[in-house]
Amino acid sequence: MSLLFGFTLLFASMVFSSAALGKGVYQTVPEFLTEVFSPEEPQQEYLWMTPELKAGTGEIMKHPVRGLRIRYWRLDTKTVWVMEEVGKELPITIGVVVNQDSTKQSSIEQIKILAFLESRGWEVRYPAFTAQYLDVKMTPEKKLDTHIDGITGATLSVRAVTKVATLALFYHQQVMSAQEKPSQSKLSQNKETSPLVKETP
Amino acid sequence: MYKKLLATFIGLNIATAAYATPSLEEMWTLIQQQQAEIAQLKTELSSTEERITQTEVKTEATFAAVEEVSAGPVAKLADWADKTSVGGYGELHYNNLTSDNSDATKDEMDLHRFVVFFGHQYSEDLRFFSELEVEHSIAGEDQDGEVEIEQAFIEWDYTEDHRAKAGVFLLPVGIINETHEPETFYGVERNSVEKNIIPATWWEGGMMFSGEIAEGFSYDASVHSGLFIDPNDGKSKIRDGRQKVSKAKADDLAYTGRLKYSGTPGLELAATVQYQADVWQGESFAGEEEADATLWELHGVYNNGPFGLRALYAHWDIDDAIESVKTGADEQEGFFIEPSYRLTEKLGFFARYSEWDNQAGDSSDTEKRQYDIGLNYWLNERVVLKADYMQEDAEGDEPELHGFNLGLGWSF
Repeated sequence: MSLLFGFTLLFASMVFSSAALGKGVYQTVPEFLTEVFSPEEPQQEYLWMTPELKAGTGEIMKHPVRGLRIRYWRLDTKTVWVMEEVGKELPITIGVVVNQDSTKQSSIEQIKILAFLESRGWEVRYPAFTAQYLDVKMTPEKKLDTHIDGITGATLSVRAVTKVATLALFYHQQVMSAQEKPSQSKLSQNKETSPLVKETP
Repeated sequence: MYKKLLATFIGLNIATAAYATPSLEEMWTLIQQQQAEIAQLKTELSSTEERITQTEVKTEATFAAVEEVSAGPVAKLADWADKTSVGGYGELHYNNLTSDNSDATKDEMDLHRFVVFFGHQYSEDLRFFSELEVEHSIAGEDQDGEVEIEQAFIEWDYTEDHRAKAGVFLLPVGIINETHEPETFYGVERNSVEKNIIPATWWEGGMMFSGEIAEGFSYDASVHSGLFIDPNDGKSKIRDGRQKVSKAKADDLAYTGRLKYSGTPGLELAATVQYQADVWQGESFAGEEEADATLWELHGVYNNGPFGLRALYAHWDIDDAIESVKTGADEQEGFFIEPSYRLTEKLGFFARYSEWDNQAGDSSDTEKRQYDIGLNYWLNERVVLKADYMQEDAEGDEPELHGFNLGLGWSF
């Protein structure tokens, strides 16, 4: 009986807990962009899914990716990617900021879980978890160059975040290399008709 | 476009006129040419307008078709399929075990588990989940296998931080009871401590509240059907008490609570306590009317880079009445420790020491020990090959098996 009382008390304390925890939308995309770029404003651009890009994406995500283009935001060498990937059953919305250093090495500057709807695995949104991705780069084999410690019982959520982080590095690399090779890329010649990157009005 | 052409045309004519004044005949010819060109342009314009009209009609028809498809049975089926999930896992085992102190052997090839998950998301806050398992390949009369429903529950997120489930669910205790897809643990067979003491895999019917109370801290609190360790059938081991929610005696319920910390990457610490009001479920034996029981379980999982460590301790304190069935059965306990090292993304090694005793309540030596060493090779992140060597060490006349196990496991 005393245990039953204890459970009741425990349950009551949890129900009335006021901390903003658990699943939900933690930050909207505009809020995230403001946090990353403020006071400046980034330009919204699109990366078009060429067959080569689609193949690279599939290699990283381990499944085909639908869609014709990927939206991103850019200011100089800094890009922001907001992507969704299913953890176990529902999509996790992940914001990734990638930047290039003076040696033209791209690495993750920030990663944030913007929305998490599943009923387990929410630990991936903790700063202690996402901090593991800071300064992480992509290897030529399209893997992260740093080991990411997982969360017991949330393996699928951890995998989803890791895949999206890798994909953001891969996409950033595509954007930067297209910019660095103006003679070979249609990007510098005609941004409007480039098959790779198209600027929005 | 046409305005431009006309302007250019007129401009050219003016320019021509600036060079020489045309005669009346030339003017007439020029006007006729212009008239012909205007007529041609008008025809083209009319044709273009007609094409635009046709395009608009086609566009409208396309929209109508899209609307029809998006509201039709195919779209409804796609919507249903989007909300319905199917998954599963399986394990094929080969055991090659012999004993030096007895005639016991175990040379078997066994499709130990074949499991299918079905889930359906009614809304963001309400879902159904189920797990249907076939053990040992064939179930039926005189067969070794069983068909079991290990999970079938409705879960409702009544706030963003808290949820409730009702139905048949896995109890929140131990490391592998809730997460036991083969690629998530080392060793062909599941560890003996969780199997014989907790006893995993363990599911009950009832309801459970779960949620997050602070960053990294979560809880589970559950009321559910209890164990039935039938004393009149000579049963005393905890594992013998699983009723598997099959016409389960529910004279007395059980209560489980767990607190878990998982706020640091790679680290999980958890403590579970469970109270069973009467593991005899109203049966009496040798003048005793009931036997209540309490389980304490603690475990930790730590992964840092390639290094991994799992450790678990579980202890049952059962009413002394059970000693009338088996001496020392009032206490049953065990622990294991399992270090591991992931050499590459695909290859990992482990060692495990386990010790457990289902008659720990008396002074006689009845504990069992098991040493395991082996490897996992992940063909894919969800497909694994396993191999291990094991050695049992038991007191008294208990057979001590030793030998190797091979396994193939998958999940999706």
